[in-house]
Amino acid sequence: MRNPDEPAVTADGWRPSRLQQERLAYRRRQTVRSGLIAGVSTVVVLVLVVVGIGSTPGWPRVRETFFDVDRGWEALPVVAQGLWLNIRVMIVCAILIVIFGLTLAILRTLRGPVFFPLRMFAAAYTDVFRELPLLLVIFLLGFGVPALQLRGLPNQAVIWGGAALVLTYSSYVAEVFRAGIESVHPSQRAAARSLGLTHRQTLRFVVLPQAVRRVMPPLLNDFVSLQKDSGLIAVLGVIDAIRAAQLETAEDFNFTPYVVAGILFVALTIPLTRLTDYVARRQGWYGGGGGPV
Amino acid sequence: MNPRTAVAVLAAALVVGITACAPEDESSGAAPTPSSADACSKDKLALKTPGTFTAGTDKPAYEPWFSGDDPTNGKGFESAVTYAVAAKLGFGKDQVKWQTVQFNAAFAPGPKKFDVDVNQISISEERRKAVDFSTGYYDVDQAVITTAGSKIAQARSIGDLADAKLGAQVGTTSYTVLRDVVKPKQTPGVFDTNDLAVQALKNKQLDGIVVDLPTGFYMVNAQLDDGQIVGQLPGGGETEQFGFVLEKGSALTPCVSQAVDALKNDGTLAKLRQEHLTTETASGRELTR
Repeated sequence: MRNPDEPAVTADGWRPSRLQQERLAYRRRQTVRSGLIAGVSTVVVLVLVVVGIGSTPGWPRVRETFFDVDRGWEALPVVAQGLWLNIRVMIVCAILIVIFGLTLAILRTLRGPVFFPLRMFAAAYTDVFRELPLLLVIFLLGFGVPALQLRGLPNQAVIWGGAALVLTYSSYVAEVFRAGIESVHPSQRAAARSLGLTHRQTLRFVVLPQAVRRVMPPLLNDFVSLQKDSGLIAVLGVIDAIRAAQLETAEDFNFTPYVVAGILFVALTIPLTRLTDYVARRQGWYGGGGGPV
Repeated sequence: MNPRTAVAVLAAALVVGITACAPEDESSGAAPTPSSADACSKDKLALKTPGTFTAGTDKPAYEPWFSGDDPTNGKGFESAVTYAVAAKLGFGKDQVKWQTVQFNAAFAPGPKKFDVDVNQISISEERRKAVDFSTGYYDVDQAVITTAGSKIAQARSIGDLADAKLGAQVGTTSYTVLRDVVKPKQTPGVFDTNDLAVQALKNKQLDGIVVDLPTGFYMVNAQLDDGQIVGQLPGGGETEQFGFVLEKGSALTPCVSQAVDALKNDGTLAKLRQEHLTTETASGRELTR
């Protein structure tokens, strides 16, 4: 069996030995066989799952309650409008979180006794805000601050909800950045300093670029999580995707709008994840040794 | 384990697992209409637990529908009505058991753990696709409440509310009325509970709340220092009613409906309304369209 893609004779007149050709043919056969088996096995499992779930007595009721296509289309505009709030909150908060998180991480990794108060502040901050339940922070800021009735402060729910997200998530992201900064080998700093770079330049041109690249995947984790947690500010009265779905569900006790919201969230996150992976691979960001050679 | 055995085991596990998890099919025939009173006699009722009338409601259970977050005390309108219905069906006070049922769980698919759920749930044709309702035990009016000195305190018509920031509880018909009848220019605030809406009103994050009238009176009288009822909202067509929620196709539905109707006809419901709900109406302050 000859593979038409493979020239029997290469440009320089070399042709694989009979043994090598047999090897190649065997490998090709093995590949095809594995593919076929994997395909059949997948189909069998899927059929079993579909038939299994489809034959349960409650399935018709579940299908009309959760997977009613017409109801889904009907709810889509309202849920999508709610999702738009999630997206706006997420974008604004993400920018602020990166700024605050990075600042905290840098404060915490400053060296020298004179910076002790700053290090202590950063450590205390991350300790407190990582332990506090996000919902509590949202309630405290969202209902507590407006209750003070201070002049000049906004009292829109979305602003205080966003502030709570920024405060809490900054502490997570600060720890991620700190891990990245501390993972840069001391020899890098030493080399940069011996080349005459100042502390600030070392941080700016040598340490941070490497640190940020290394923590890209966990950072993305935090932002996907932020996207979903942005819905928590709905407790302050604003309408996000999940709250919009809840309102739709209350009309006729059909849960399909929730499923629609779920699909929208997934559809929003997957491209972001793939894009980050792609950029990271292209830039050779992964791997401590500077990526694949 | 070689691949062939693995496949066989996996397939077997799937089949066994799925069939083992499959519950007995519930008989979901049409509910029989009781031809006579004795079809609803106590020993013939299709109950979750024989000899016990199981009623569900959410926790916390709110005033003035319940009193002191305790549905078992018979104080509070819905608690009293539930005991009255149970009595009509032949259950003494000690044979009524209460279950905590979250609002969402009251209409989730699948078997229910209650015979009836009573939670200020409004009857609607759309909702009937998912659950059974008894006949209505209370006619609901929606009202707008606010605090003294707010920009809608003097509102006389629905048009006067157009620019206000209004709130309502999620999943309620109050929200539906707010959206479809008031049609405010600003997106309404939607809260998990009425208590949170009241908090937002106190914080001046809201100008007003749309809520059913008895709850509105309770808020104004007990929860707000300077609360006031702006006025009642005209309904969107037919009268809105609260009803008992039962499992879809429950054989108990006609019997509960019969009991509710009997209580309506003999004046018990009216008596309980006077006893437990502020009977003053805001009809003098009906907001015009």
